[in-house]
Formats: sequence, structure tokens, C-alpha cells
Amino acid sequence: MAQAANADFKTRLQSLLPKLVLSPSLALVLVFVYGFIFFSVYLSFTDSRLLPSYGWVGWENYSKLWRLSHWKTSLTNMGIFAALYISVCTVLGLGLAIFLDQKVRAEGMIRTIYLYPMALSFIVTGTAWKWFLDPGIGLENVLQTWGWATFEFDWIKNRDFAIYTVVLAAVWQTSGFVMAMFLAGLRGIENEILKAAQMDGASNWNLYRRIIIPQLRPAFLSAFVILSHLAIKTFDLVIALTGGGPGRATELPATFMYSYTFSRNQMGIGAASATIMLMTIAAIMIPYLYAELREKK
Amino acid sequence: MSVATQDTAIRTGRVTRTLIYLILILFALFYMLPLYVMAVNSVKPLDEITGGGMMNLPKVFTLEPWAKAWSYAQIGVDPTGLQPYFWNSIKMVVPAVAISTVLGALNGYVLTKWRFRGDTILFGLMLFACFIPFQIVLIPMARMLGLMGMAGSTGGLVLVHVVYGIGFTTLYFRNYYAVFPTELIRAAQIDGAGFFQIFWRILLPSSGPIAVVSIIWQFTNIWNDFLFGASFAGADSQPMTVALNNLVQSSTGVKEYNVHFAGAILAALPTLLVYVVAGRYFVRGLMAGSVKG
Amino acid sequence: MGFLDIDNTTKSYGAVEVLHNVDISVDEGEFLVLVGPSGCGKSTLLNMIAGLEDISSGEIRIKDQIMNGVHPSKRNIAMVFQSYALYPNMTVGQNITFGLEMHGTPKPQREKAMKDVASLLQIDQLLDRKPGALSGGQRQRVAMGRALVRNPDVFLFDEPLSNLDAKLRVDMRTEIKKLHQKLGTTIVYVTHDQIEAMTLSTRIAVMYGGYVQQLGTPQEIYDSPANIFVATFMGSPAMNVVPAKVVLKNAKPVALVALHDGSTVSLPFSQDNMTAWDGRDIMLGIRPETITDEDAADRNSSNIARMTNRIVVTEPAGSDTFVTMTFGGKDVIARMRSDADVRAGADFPFAVNMEKAVAFDPETEMRIIP
Ligand SMILES: Nc1ncnc2c1ncn2[C@@H]1O[C@H](COP(=O)(O)OP(=O)(O)O)[C@@H](O)[C@H]1O
Ligand SMILES: [Mg+2]
Repeated sequence: MAQAANADFKTRLQSLLPKLVLSPSLALVLVFVYGFIFFSVYLSFTDSRLLPSYGWVGWENYSKLWRLSHWKTSLTNMGIFAALYISVCTVLGLGLAIFLDQKVRAEGMIRTIYLYPMALSFIVTGTAWKWFLDPGIGLENVLQTWGWATFEFDWIKNRDFAIYTVVLAAVWQTSGFVMAMFLAGLRGIENEILKAAQMDGASNWNLYRRIIIPQLRPAFLSAFVILSHLAIKTFDLVIALTGGGPGRATELPATFMYSYTFSRNQMGIGAASATIMLMTIAAIMIPYLYAELREKK
Repeated sequence: MSVATQDTAIRTGRVTRTLIYLILILFALFYMLPLYVMAVNSVKPLDEITGGGMMNLPKVFTLEPWAKAWSYAQIGVDPTGLQPYFWNSIKMVVPAVAISTVLGALNGYVLTKWRFRGDTILFGLMLFACFIPFQIVLIPMARMLGLMGMAGSTGGLVLVHVVYGIGFTTLYFRNYYAVFPTELIRAAQIDGAGFFQIFWRILLPSSGPIAVVSIIWQFTNIWNDFLFGASFAGADSQPMTVALNNLVQSSTGVKEYNVHFAGAILAALPTLLVYVVAGRYFVRGLMAGSVKG
Repeated sequence: MGFLDIDNTTKSYGAVEVLHNVDISVDEGEFLVLVGPSGCGKSTLLNMIAGLEDISSGEIRIKDQIMNGVHPSKRNIAMVFQSYALYPNMTVGQNITFGLEMHGTPKPQREKAMKDVASLLQIDQLLDRKPGALSGGQRQRVAMGRALVRNPDVFLFDEPLSNLDAKLRVDMRTEIKKLHQKLGTTIVYVTHDQIEAMTLSTRIAVMYGGYVQQLGTPQEIYDSPANIFVATFMGSPAMNVVPAKVVLKNAKPVALVALHDGSTVSLPFSQDNMTAWDGRDIMLGIRPETITDEDAADRNSSNIARMTNRIVVTEPAGSDTFVTMTFGGKDVIARMRSDADVRAGADFPFAVNMEKAVAFDPETEMRIIP
């Protein structure tokens, strides 16, 4: 090209610089994310136990995995947890956002209170809720000493209900954030549309049902994507709150993977479970990211 | 929060308003409750807690649990308190936040102002990296840190947090620089400014707000991380979250709830402080991570 | 060879060619305006001259030096942007001297150059302010100061006035013209506003769809547009272009055009070569100011035709009154004196200055050259 012939060294260096500057980050991501993903997926087809080993075993780890009741329990728990966590956070977040959007007094303070749990570590959240829900010293004890002698609340110690305490603590931590997302969505709606709808005689109920909530679609979508990926990644909270117990009542795929890989020396199976987690998140995130990045063009 | 109140067209009656306030206050209590419980019980002697009355204000006020949690509670094998782990966290967080923010700023600059074919795909690859379940990288990461001689070191944790934080910092700066007028870059080019001069003299002086978002976001995430700390930290590089968990889960002796609560608050304090001081930016960061503009 | 040569230059984005074989040669001291509707490729061409966009094929030379691949800062050009592109974190003074600083000019010289430019543009009192604290007009001046201080070979302007309100735009237009007359530098100026193009330029390149449609002096462009696009784009209100049929009347060519009631009027051509088009359809171009009432008709014209047509709408605009009629099956506008006695619905005797009329080939839309 005619360009290159005329370009002096400095100009050519300048035109290379952007790519040069981007390349360390890119290299890091390619190796530490995609290289590692590849490696883990590869391990899931090997006979690795305590250490990586490269004996190819095909789908054996996956078939073993699916025969493990431990894995099935953690998937069932995931199903219950994700469904409740996502729906309760969404409903609560939307409700609180709508209430907070009624020009209430001290809105700033209330928002701050609703949101601060998001700044905490799940370990802290887990610790706090663990003792708050403890039948011996927590809520049950308090209500009993306040005179409600028959009150019982031992979910955290109860195999059938422990998973709901995880939902409770997780909702406590994230619902304020979902509220903030919906609030931003509500504030973004043209006020004139609302005025026009009122001129048309719409009641508040209809205004929300027919005009406002349908316009919050992007906020719903973002909330769903964020919450579902948080749900699949939930790990610290369970460790701190219940440690996966009682029994296996609150095991989730993330804790399953951790214990199989690092405590039980079943690295192949651990890798297989991590691969399944990745695929699930990819199925949600990739279409979302694709749509988001395409629109911007 | 960054969202300004607008003159909403919706009108509500007296009864409805009272109801709304009631619900809002009820939930405010719900969100405050665990913090309240931790705070009041962290200044009670242990026997007052085990005797019940979790919600009561302390009859005997004591700062002893705080002192113990900070400087001589049994964590692991030594009665060191959380203090050394706090400094471990600081030593890990500061460089990790600084490096990932600088890289994110440079990446955002290149991805918006020096665009090239395929740049959106590269960005997509970086962004997706933020959302992967980190379980998928745990095994190879442990191997890699071993190979690089960084296993169990603070340096290793810094590397890990930089790698998995770049996606977010790049996202923030990219979205911010995307609306920065490209004509300014062109004007500076004609004026003879080079790649780094433009970044340093033109872009960076206007990047204050987004740098704050990026720093707060990274600080909160890295400080609160447990998985990487638990997986890759050595005995003398464990961060605060891991130490807190050890303290709380330790099965020996009586459970010193008051010390646990004091420790939990200590672990939460830095991020809480940031949230109270700069909550506005914190929320903006959260939103940028989700409703990406 | 001119001072600035754009030689058979093409621009493609991927497979899409957005500029096709542009050929323009600009002499030293010329004021060239690139004008055309939005998206026609004006900014792209200007950015190629500046070095902000690569040249896909062809050559751009300044003072006979090939500029392809040369960094923008090494072309000795300066540019004023539509948004002014003032660095928000620097003061006015720093904005003006930033380029000199980047080129390693010592501080005392920078200061002096800044003072000179500031007094030339009357912005001395603004030097310590930040751009955020300036009005639109002041920012415009600072942007020009930043360009002037470099003392470049060529000034490039990309729609510099389109962010100003109407009054300020006219003032700044005059200001730029004065500056050009005073300094005599070569200017390439992009605008979509044909009035700016006409008033400022020594030559105009009218662009459309990535092609230069016509290159010429303002007078040439206005009086002898190369095609229907140029004819209708330049001038306000736009030139009326109506279908007509050429016939010979007493061996002289005339245009037959339909009036409002379907009857036809014959308008004699001044150009004898229209004889060759006998019996064929053409498009006849008549500028609004050449349709007047009898008294206002151009006394120097040798060819005034007359017709009576019905007025549909009148629009008094102060100095003139615009009259709309149905002519050749289209809405045609005439520009009358403000005191002309025109009323909607009335039949009115118009005078048409056929000396100024132009004819276009309806197939190619090119002007039929006399
Ligand atoms: N980076 C780009 N990639 C693809 N097409 C572009 C790009 N920049 C400009 N174009 C196209 O080139 C054409 C000319 O654009 P431009 O020079 O900005 O027009 P003008 O300044 O005359 O309004 C437009 O059709 C535009 O869509
Ligand atoms: Mg343009």
C-alpha cells in the first residue's frame, strides 16, 4: 500500500500502540480464562483424582456424576434456590421500587438501608443470619422469651427447610440491588406518557399494569440475568450459613464441586460438575451479551 | 444513588400512602435487623447472649469481644486475632485494585477511541470472563500459581483478582469513554499528541467519576472474595473473609458469639464505610454491571 | 499542480465505497467549500485530507508532498470541528497552545503566539477560563484560535457554524470571511448549508452520494448547474424543475408547459441549440426569482415570457412574497416583491425571465449544454 511506504517509523509505532496496550489484558484473559476453561473441560474427560492426570476416560466422569445422589441433591437444591431467589428478589425489588417511587419522604435514607447488604461479604451475611436463625439464641428464643411460648423456628437445623434459609439470606443481600435497578427503570419512563394515560382515565393499578411495568422489560431482563448467574455461583453464603448441611440439605453445585475436587480427591468429577455449571451460565449470558453488544453498534 | 427523583404523575390517596410508608419501614427494619443484632451482641459479655435476649440492648457494655476479635482470638493455630489477616487483605486489595483499574482504563480507551476490526468480539470475550463460575478455573489456576512459584502468596492472589476483574473495569471505562467525544481525540491528534499523551492529557483528567466507580467496585469485590482466598491463599496470606470463616466455624471450645459478631463487623467495616461515603458511585457501578449502556 | 491536490481519491469502509474517485485541485489562498446533504461523504473527505482517515486509493498532496500515511500532526494543517472539540480540562490559553507544546515550541514563543491570536480574535479576556464557562460563540472563536496559532498551510473546517443559533451563525460567517481575506490562507470548509457555501467560497464542490457532482465558482454553480441535483440543492427556495415539451415555433425552440387548468403556455428558449430537442420531453428549470410580476421583470433580459396562472398560496416573508402555483403539474414557487398585488385564488399575469432558464435531460438528469 502507498500508506506504508510513506509512513515513518514513529507513525507506524503509534498505529501499533493501541493493540500493544490491549494485548497484556487480552493475553491474561485468553490464558487464565479461556485456556483454563479448556483445561478444566479436558480434565473432566480424564481420570484425574488428587492431581491432574491425563488418562482419557471419555464420558465416564459425567456418567458417574449423574449417578451420584449427592450431585442430584445439589441440583434439586439449586432448582429450589434459584427459582425462589430469582422470583422473590424480582417481586420484592419491583414492589419496593414502586413504593419508593411515590415521592416518599427520606427516600435517600431508605434506599441506603435497602442497599447496604450488597456491600457486605457473603461470609458476613452468612455469619449474621446463621446466629439470627439459630433456634437456641436467635429469633425462636427471642419470641419465646417475649411470651410466645409455642413459637418454633428451626429451619436452619431442619433438613427439609434449611434451603429456604439460604434463600432468605440471599434475598436479604440482593433484593435491594434489584430494587435499585427497577427504580432506575421507573425513573427513566417518560412522565408525559403517564400523564397521557391519566387523561385517558387509567387508574393507578391499570397505569402500572398496562403502561409502566411493560416498559420495564429491559430491567426485568437484566435482573434475571444478574440474579441467575449469582444463583449458580452461590458458594460463600452456603459455606458460612450452613456449611452445606444439615446433612446435604443445602449443598449446591458450587459447594459440590469444591468438596469433590479438594476434599474428596475426585478432580475428574469436580471438573465435570464445573463444566456443567459453566455451560448453564453460558446459555444465559452469551445470548444476553450478544444482544447488548450488537445493539451498541 | 444516581437516579434523580422526578415529578411523578401518579397520585395516591391518604390510606394508600400510610400503607406504603408502613411497608417501606417494615422492610427497612428487615434490612437493618441482622446488622443491629450483630452490633448489640458484639458489645455484650458472652453469658448475656447465651442467656437469651438477642434483641436486647446490653446490660453490661464491654469492648472486650472487639479487642479479642482484633488481636488475640484463636484463628487457625495461633491466637492472633483478625489483625494480621486484615493487613493481608489490604496488601492484596490495594495492588489488585490499582492494576485492574489502570488496565481497564487503557483497554476502554483502546476499545472506544482506537477501534479496529474485531474489537467488539475481544471485548465480549473479556466481559464474559466476569460471569464464568470460578469453579471452572480453580484447578488449572492452582497448578499455574504453583508453576509460577506464586502458590500461597499475596502476589498470586493479586494476579487472580486482576485477571478476573479486568472484564468489569474494562466495561466501566469502555462505556464511559464511548460517550467521550471522538472529535477531541482527533483534535489532539492534529495537535500532535501521541497515543499516551492523548490518554494522559485529554482523557484521564476527565475520568475521575468512572475511576471512582471502578475502584469502589473492585475494592468491594476483592475485599469480599472468599472462594479465591480459600483456594489459593497460604497460611500467611489469608484474607479477612477466610479468617472470619475460620474464626466462626472453629469447632474447638465454646462458641464466642460476641467475638464472632465483632469479627464479622470488622470484616464488613471497610466496604460498609466505602458504601456510606460513596454509595452513589457504588450503585452506579452495580448498575453499569447490569444495565449496560 | 495546485497547492492541495486530491487526486483520484477513493474511500471504502470494508466493501462499501463511500467516496468515488474524487479529483479536486485547490490553489493557494483559495476558499473551497464542500457542500452536500448529510451522509454524502464531506466529512470523510475532509478527514482524509487531515489524515484522520486512511486513503483507500488515490493520492492527496499538499505543496506537492504526498500525504498518504503521514500523521495528521505532520501535515501542517489545522482543523476546526463542529463540536469545537475544546479540551474540557484545559483553560482557553492551554487549549490554544497545546498543539505548539506538542510540537516542542518553547514556552515564551507559545505565549507570544497565543497573545497574538487572542487579540486577533478578541478573546484576550477569556484565556484563563475553562471551555465549560464559555458561550457557543466564544467557544467557536477559541476553536479558531487553536487552529490559527499553528500557522498551518491549510485550514480545515467541518461544519463549524452548525451548532450556533441563526443570528450568531451569520455574524461568525462574516468573521470567517474577513479572516480569510486578511490572512489569505488556503481553506477547505465543509457545510451542508448552501448559503454558507455561496457566501464564503471562492469555489464550491457540490457532493452527493460520494460523488463530486460539480466543482466551480459560486456563480457557475448557481447559474449553470451541472444536473438537477445541483440545481435544486443550491438556492433557496429551490429551483423549480417542471416537465416540458420542446417544439419549434417559427423555427425557434419553445417549451410547452401545462398551466393550472391543463392548457399550455409556450416559453421561448434563449438557447438556439434546443432546436435539436424538437418534439422531445425535457425538464425545465426556473429559479423562483425569475418568475415575477411584469414591473419587476429584469430589464436587462432579452427574453421575458408572459403567462397567466392561478395563485394557490401566498406566503409574505417581509422582503419578498412567495407565491405558489400549479405549473407543469407541480407546485412552483415564484418570488415576488412584497408589495405585489397577489391573492390566493386569483389569476395573475407572471413574467418569466427565460434567459436564466435551464433545461435538463429527463433520462440522465444532466443539464443540456447550450
Ligand atoms: N466508520 C465508518 N464505517 C462505515 N461507514 C462510515 C463510517 N464513517 C462514515 N461512514 C459512511 O460514510 C458516509 C459519509 O459519511 P460522512 O463523511 O460523515 O458524511 P457527511 O459528513 O457528508 O454528512 C455515510 O454514508 C456514512 O454512513
Ligand atoms: Mg459530517
